[in-house]
Parts: sequence; structure tokens; C-alpha cells
Amino acid sequence: MELTGAEIFVRCLKEEGVDVIFGYPGGAVLHIYDALYRQKDVTHVLVRHEQGAVHAAEGYAKSSDRPGVALVTSGPGATNAITGIADAYMDSVPLVVFSGQVNTALIGNDAFQEVDTVGITRPIVKHNFLVKDVKDLAETIKKAFYVATTGRPGPVVVDIPKDVTADKFEFKYPRTVKMRSYNPTVKGHLGQIKKAADLILAAEKPMVYSGGGVILSHASKALTEFTRLLGYPITNTLMGLGAYPATDRQFVGMLGMHGTYEANMGMHHADLIIAVGARFDDRVTGNIEKFCPHAKIVHIDIDPASISKNVKVDVPIVGDVDRVLKELVKEIRERKGKPDASALEAWWQQIEEWRAMDCLKYDRDSDLIKPQYVIEKLWEVTKGDAFVTSDVGQHQMFTAQFYKFDKPNRWINSGGLGTMGFGLPAAMGVQMANPKDLVCTVTGEASIQMCIQELSTCLQYQLPIKVVNLNNRYMGMVRQWQEFFYQGRYAMSYMDALPDFVKLAEAYGHVGMRIEKPADVEGALKEAMKLKDRLVFMDFITDQGENVYPMIPAGAGQNEMILV
Amino acid sequence: MRHIISILIENESGALSRVAGLFSARGYNIESLTVAPTDDPTLSRMTLVTRGSDQIIEQITKQLNKLVDVVKLMDLTEHRHIEREMMLVKVKAQGTERDEVKRLVDIFRGRIVDVAATTYTVELTGTGDKLDAFITALEGSVILEVVRSGVMGIARGDVALKI
Repeated sequence: MELTGAEIFVRCLKEEGVDVIFGYPGGAVLHIYDALYRQKDVTHVLVRHEQGAVHAAEGYAKSSDRPGVALVTSGPGATNAITGIADAYMDSVPLVVFSGQVNTALIGNDAFQEVDTVGITRPIVKHNFLVKDVKDLAETIKKAFYVATTGRPGPVVVDIPKDVTADKFEFKYPRTVKMRSYNPTVKGHLGQIKKAADLILAAEKPMVYSGGGVILSHASKALTEFTRLLGYPITNTLMGLGAYPATDRQFVGMLGMHGTYEANMGMHHADLIIAVGARFDDRVTGNIEKFCPHAKIVHIDIDPASISKNVKVDVPIVGDVDRVLKELVKEIRERKGKPDASALEAWWQQIEEWRAMDCLKYDRDSDLIKPQYVIEKLWEVTKGDAFVTSDVGQHQMFTAQFYKFDKPNRWINSGGLGTMGFGLPAAMGVQMANPKDLVCTVTGEASIQMCIQELSTCLQYQLPIKVVNLNNRYMGMVRQWQEFFYQGRYAMSYMDALPDFVKLAEAYGHVGMRIEKPADVEGALKEAMKLKDRLVFMDFITDQGENVYPMIPAGAGQNEMILV
Repeated sequence: MRHIISILIENESGALSRVAGLFSARGYNIESLTVAPTDDPTLSRMTLVTRGSDQIIEQITKQLNKLVDVVKLMDLTEHRHIEREMMLVKVKAQGTERDEVKRLVDIFRGRIVDVAATTYTVELTGTGDKLDAFITALEGSVILEVVRSGVMGIARGDVALKI
């Protein structure tokens, strides 16, 4: 039977097992919206701004094992989606973003709501397509999902002109897809795995450094088995938190600019770095000239371009992290070799000395609410088992430091692009993917206002997200840098005339709370969690002067941290 | 160091801009770039000349390979290879100049492909160095126009870039 392009679109989503999409209608996608109206398989979540749609799709993807899907109209719909697409690109989030486009005959004529979506998104997508003929629609959508979810995942944009959604064609969804130009390597090279095993068993001061790739590859189990088998210390990147249980003794905390002293000193003094699904980002390495001066490096990654990009690697293994780790575990078990126990014991002793510095300590006797304290209590009250999204800034770092994630896919934040406004819409996606679970978003009074309109979406779809607003009246991270590096000239980082967040929450139909004393923090959190079916906006009035410690200042090495 | 990278890429609209965009976005330089369809009309062959340290070149080839439209590539500088560039030069040629220019063209094994009352148009093929040398040799004459194709190349022997 012949179907319209719009109907084909909906059937393709169904074939891909898509149950939820996030979007916003407009002229160029009206045929598609009409087709969505006439079916029941796909739930459409109507956001209040297209940026929110893409972040929600990211939250959905990051907290599940399925790709996120967003649908926006042409022109401003597509440009509003750009920040989300760029965010997904930086954090390798599997996403398919569909955008409407003006009629094919009008393309290039500066038509109403026309932009060159394929051109604009080209540098921030894994791949993109413009569908010029309804005959190609189903196959293109199949390819889009395939490219987005395989290899190193990423966002794929499919731009669909309006006439293509009206034209008719026989619907047949391709069962498989083959692209001669796209063949990601998933199986690690056995010779390289053996070489890596040699180095791993010979190491005296090893450090496992794992990143977001472990979570994307669902390799948390394999990573944990690998690390426990060897008894080596492990640190996670911001994107990798939860891949290894944070409450385990072998975990030395996050590394990098605001990582722990023990993690960064461990990296600096290590003789072997086992990098797993991590990309040696500048926020991790600090000054690259001073990075891990004594270490040989084994690097496992599915993206060959990530290997030796920033740091020269001794043993690269290109492949799916999960598969490679399992092969490595097998290889190590078969050899029956063991790491040098006395060397490892000495290494641990050193690490414990660093750990004893207690680099995350803060003033617990303050009369003001310390942001760290709120996160600690949040962790306790939620038993460390909530999905937590965050925005970007100090609150993000405090959450990464103080919420001890024991499971993967629970910590959802914008690492690469650092997008303020990410947290709330991302939490919507998380809640849609995990309707029965507790979802919290930790934010600040600056970040939350960048996508605050989504509070309205939360009401429409009854998303009982718990918003933890660490309100210090400053763009905290900007203020911190201005304090450290600009002699306290707080240029434009103070927010005057903030809204009354309690009333604002109420105006949006939610529950609002203001918490001003440390003694009230725990009670407020408990009370909020009890309101299971309501969104609760907790406005914590926190210490304005608090900074994120420890810190590696720009240009410094990992062993040159500012402690308090 | 200078590298010549040959690329087989899907012959689709936008494929060229993906390559050009990659170079500008990542700050790599392009000395020259040529592109045209191959005997297989679904594939284009691109020849790209760039400069960079070994590490940069490694990143360039990896990033190019990562583009979904790129089917295969080869760094010709890693193989024995032939490189050629074509040039069309329109030069003023009047009176005694006409013999002079003609002689020069013969020495460089070029061809005069268009003759007008006051000009010659010369076609010359060779390496970039040879084309440069020809331009230098023309110093006494008035050059009206220079059109260069950019470098293309192919590996020697049975090494072949094909799918």
C-alpha cells in the first residue's frame, strides 16, 4: 500500500521501536504531526523550546539503552535545536533529530522559515541527510538510526522537506543496512590486546582511567570485573561516573580540573595508565606537557581518531570497550599471571596517603547552607540510587564530587559542551525513559533560567522531577574564576532581580520550597521525595562565597592542585 | 611535511563541504584540493595536499576516515607515486615575443592551445615545481592569467586506491 511520507515517517519510528519523541510543531512538519495524531504507538512530548526537545532526547538516551529522538520544524525550529545537537555531538549521545524543511522546489530561495539545516549542522553531527525524494525516506531513516547508534554514537540529523512528507510511496522498511563507507571496528586486535596484557601485568603503579565510552558501550560490568581482578586503583572522568561503583575502595574519585587529589596525583605518578573509553580532554589532562610524565599508556576506544589525538599512546586498541575489556579479562585469566603484589601494596599505601588529605573537606559548622552539604544529603536521602541530571557550573562539580554514583547511566550531565540549561529538559527525558524511578536535577539559579520554560512541559506530562536549586545569587563558577584570576572583579556574574522561585514553581503548577538554614536541608529533601507524583522545586539559599576545591588551574599539571 | 592524500568519497551533494568543513573546523591547512567523479559515477576522487607534523597528518587521515561519506583514502606520500598538476597560462605575445614564448613552451614540453593576435594560451602539465619554473621563466613577458588545477596523484606499480 502506498503511504504518504509523513505516514512512512511514523511507521519507521515504530519499526525502530521508538516509543517517545520530543518535539515542537510548525509549518514544515504539519503533515508529520497529522500522521502522529492518527496513531497510538509513539508518544510525543511537547516541549516549550526546541533546545529542550533535544536535551530531553539526550536525557532519554543517556539513561536508557535506546537512542533519543527529536522532531522540530524548519528554520527557527532547527536553529533552536542546534545547542542540543552540538551538546550530543560532544558527549557522543545517540540521537536522531528530524527537522522539517521547506518544499524541495523552494530550497535555496530564502523561503519562509528556511535555513540550510544540513549546512548549519554539518560540523556538529556524526552525519546528516537531506531527503529529496519520498522513495529514499525509509532507507534514510534506517541509516540514520544505524549511524547514530553504532560505532562511537552521535547525533544524526534528517532534514525532510514538506513535499516529501506529502508525496506517496510504497512503504517497505529495510531489514538491514549496509554502507560501504561506514564500518566501525568493534573487535579489538588480538595482538594489541596481548601487548596491553603484558604492560598491565608488569605495572607497578597502575591507574585505570575510564570515561563516558564505558557507559555508552554498557561496559560497566566488564570494567568492574577487570579492575577488581587486578586490584588496581580506578578513576572516572566526569562523563564516566557510575561506570565503576563510587563507594568501592578501589575508586579514587573523579580526576581532572576538579577531581580528587588522590586521582590526579595517582595519574601523575603512575607508571601505567589504562585509558578506557576516555578521550584525554583538556579538563582531564591539565597542561598536556606535564601530563603523566612517567606512564606508558594503553588506550581502548572505538574511535581511532580519539587515539593519540592529544596524548601519544603506547598501546592503542580500537574496538568496542565492552568487547575489548572482556577479551582482556580472558587473556589475563588465561595467563594466570598476577601483578607484583608488593609493588601494588606500596602503590596503594601511597594512594591512601593522598586520600587521607581529604581534599573534599569543607566547613561543616557554617551557619550558611554549603552546596556540598546539600548534595551529600541528597545522596543520603535518595540512598544513592536516583537518576541525577545537572546543569553546568559549580553545582555540577559538587554533584560529581559528592553524589557517589554506584551505577552507570544515573549521572546525566553536559560534559563536553558545558551547556547551561541542560539539566531540567534532560531530566524530562530521563523520567520519560524511567517513569517509575526517582529523577532529580541539580541546578543553580543561573542555569535553571536558561530552560525554565520546560517547567510547563513537566506539568503537562506529570513528570515528578525533584529540582535542587543551589541558589548562590552568582554564576558561581564564573565568580570563582573572577575571584582567583581577576582579583575579585565580579564582572556581570551577580544576578540581581532573581525571580521568587517558590512562586514561580507554583505559577507553573508545581510545589515550591525555600530552604535557608543548614538544619532544614535534610527535612526539606525528605519532604520533597515524599511528594512522589509532584514536581518539587527546592530553592536552597547557599553560601555565596563557596568555591569548588580542589582545582587544577589552567596551564598547571595534575600534581599542581590548589587544595583549599 | 607535505602530504598528498587521495580520497574516494561518495559522489553526493555536500560531500565536498564535509571535507572542506573538517579542515577549517580543525584548523588544518589545505594547499590544494581537486575533485571529480571516477569511472564509477557513484564515487568521486579527491586529491588533497596539506602540510603538518606526523601527528597532525595522522589526525587528518583519521578524521577524514571518520566522515561517513569517505569510503577509502590513501596517503600517497607513503608510496612511490606520480603527481601532476595542469596549468593554463594566457600570456601577451606580440612581435619578437611570439618566438620567444613558443621556444619556452617547447623547452617545457607545453602546448600552445589558443592563438590570438596578441596572446598565446599555453597548456602545461607537470609537478608543481615545474609549473613554478615555467612561470619564473616567463618573467620577461606579461602574464594575463594563470589557472592551475591543483595537484592530483596516483601510486606507482600495483598499489591502487579502489574499493
